[in-house]
Amino acid sequence: MKTAPAGRGAGCRSASPRLGALPAIPDEVEAIYRRESRRIFATLVRLLGDFDLAEEALHDAFRAALEQWPREGVPANPRAWLVSTGRFKAIDALRRRARFDLVDDLDDCPSPTGFDPADEPSVEDDRLRLIFTCCHPALSPEARIALTLREVCGLSTEAIAHAFLVAPPTLAQRIVRAKTRIRDSLIPYEVPLQAELGARLDSVLRVIYLVFNEGYSASAGDSLTRADLSGEAIRLGRLLVELLPEAEPVGLLALMLLQESRRDARTTPEGALVLLEEQDRSLWRRELIAEGVALVERALRAGGAGPYAVQAAIAAVHAEAPTAAATDWAQIVGLYDVLLGLDPSPVIALNRAVALAMRDGAAAGLAEVDAILARGELADYHLAYAARADLCRRLGRVDEARTAYRRAIALTTQRPERRFLERRLAQLPG
Amino acid sequence: MKYLCLISAEKVMEQMPQADADEHFEEYREFTEDIRRSGHYLDCNRLLPPAAATTVRVRNGRLSITDGPYVETKEQLGGYYLIEARDLNDAIQVAARIPGARLGCVEVRPVATDLQTLSALGALPAETSG
Repeated sequence: MKTAPAGRGAGCRSASPRLGALPAIPDEVEAIYRRESRRIFATLVRLLGDFDLAEEALHDAFRAALEQWPREGVPANPRAWLVSTGRFKAIDALRRRARFDLVDDLDDCPSPTGFDPADEPSVEDDRLRLIFTCCHPALSPEARIALTLREVCGLSTEAIAHAFLVAPPTLAQRIVRAKTRIRDSLIPYEVPLQAELGARLDSVLRVIYLVFNEGYSASAGDSLTRADLSGEAIRLGRLLVELLPEAEPVGLLALMLLQESRRDARTTPEGALVLLEEQDRSLWRRELIAEGVALVERALRAGGAGPYAVQAAIAAVHAEAPTAAATDWAQIVGLYDVLLGLDPSPVIALNRAVALAMRDGAAAGLAEVDAILARGELADYHLAYAARADLCRRLGRVDEARTAYRRAIALTTQRPERRFLERRLAQLPG
Repeated sequence: MKYLCLISAEKVMEQMPQADADEHFEEYREFTEDIRRSGHYLDCNRLLPPAAATTVRVRNGRLSITDGPYVETKEQLGGYYLIEARDLNDAIQVAARIPGARLGCVEVRPVATDLQTLSALGALPAETSG
């Protein structure tokens, strides 16, 4: 029996789950599924008014495509075809299940004859509607992330559960409850009005950045980078900037682009991790840097720069330095001071300590790292020990470096990071 | 991903009045047709009542047989669906539509797909074995 590709790594995006039950998956349908399925889903939610109904309709539409396209050819606008077909299938299914109350509602929708939902001007907004609904404040923060990753990005429940280290039934329940909440509280499927947009935005930005990080640095498993997910987050970021050209959405997009620009340099072809200071800067993607830097300037000019814009500014300073040694560390430390003022988190303090070590020497940085660890705030955070290990190594304190590397390795769940730390440990003298 | 939906209820078909059983069978016919159409369906069966069960154990090479199910519970296993679903939430959606879910309960269990299991069962797909 053929295994559906969705089952393969816990981390992967679920790909055409049930299509695998058919004898052959035409590549083209598979490609359209990967590219368009979430967008079609978002439109179907608008047309059908229900998440679960839309999901069923989506899969019914793709099954119909698998049956009909090989015979009749791929339609000129596959997305529009899939949306219309999905909508018809949903109405069919409802009639079969004799839930005429809902069918009456559907009959109020414009007739699909001569009506092309996928060509409506609002179709690109559908995903934004979906994001704002998934990130609605009536849902718990955990539910927002889970729902966005599943419904907007198409991750499987199991993959999200794996990424967030919770049991799949717990996460599944979170998603079921969130959907029930949306249905019962009649949370509207819309982009909020200008007056409440700002308040709703923070939660959306956070979720998008988490999606990006999920793709940029998988929290566990073999694959360190998952270009698809990061690309998705960047696409969402662009859409958000188009709709809301304010400092923080622009800052977040800049931050993601600047991180993305280093993707090829941050791992070797074998998948081993390469530190920023050791990266081959000729591999950095200049076009992404240019766009990111321009966006940083735009975000800072716009006023109201927050944590995303400042983090993007830090990333821009790195991106513009010809070598690690030539980096403007004083400016980076200064930006971290601003960032700590906006968001006093221990992880930011740790990053500031590393920058301080570059500006004032390893001993100064180590004193900061030790102060953070002494406060117990990052006691289980592998990068705190990795930073300590690296600073001890630079100071020639080999035994302390060894202990810290071992602690960091014990706390790392990601294989490339672990291999990197093990290599560093092995390279210590004596 | 594959999931096994185990249907349990206090009353199995044999214990229902004929008219209720007929109606319940009809609901199952519709539901099963529905998930065949949607591509979720892989396999399903109804089990005869627990009274028809025999429990087998082998201890120290000796075969021991007892009548009835290995554990007596108020809710009795009455049947199952093996389904292919996008993920656990998709499987839950399907399970929620199983007619028995309204009378008893449905336990949704993911089918193991780890390499050791697949290898032991001789079901290792060629393309993922490398």
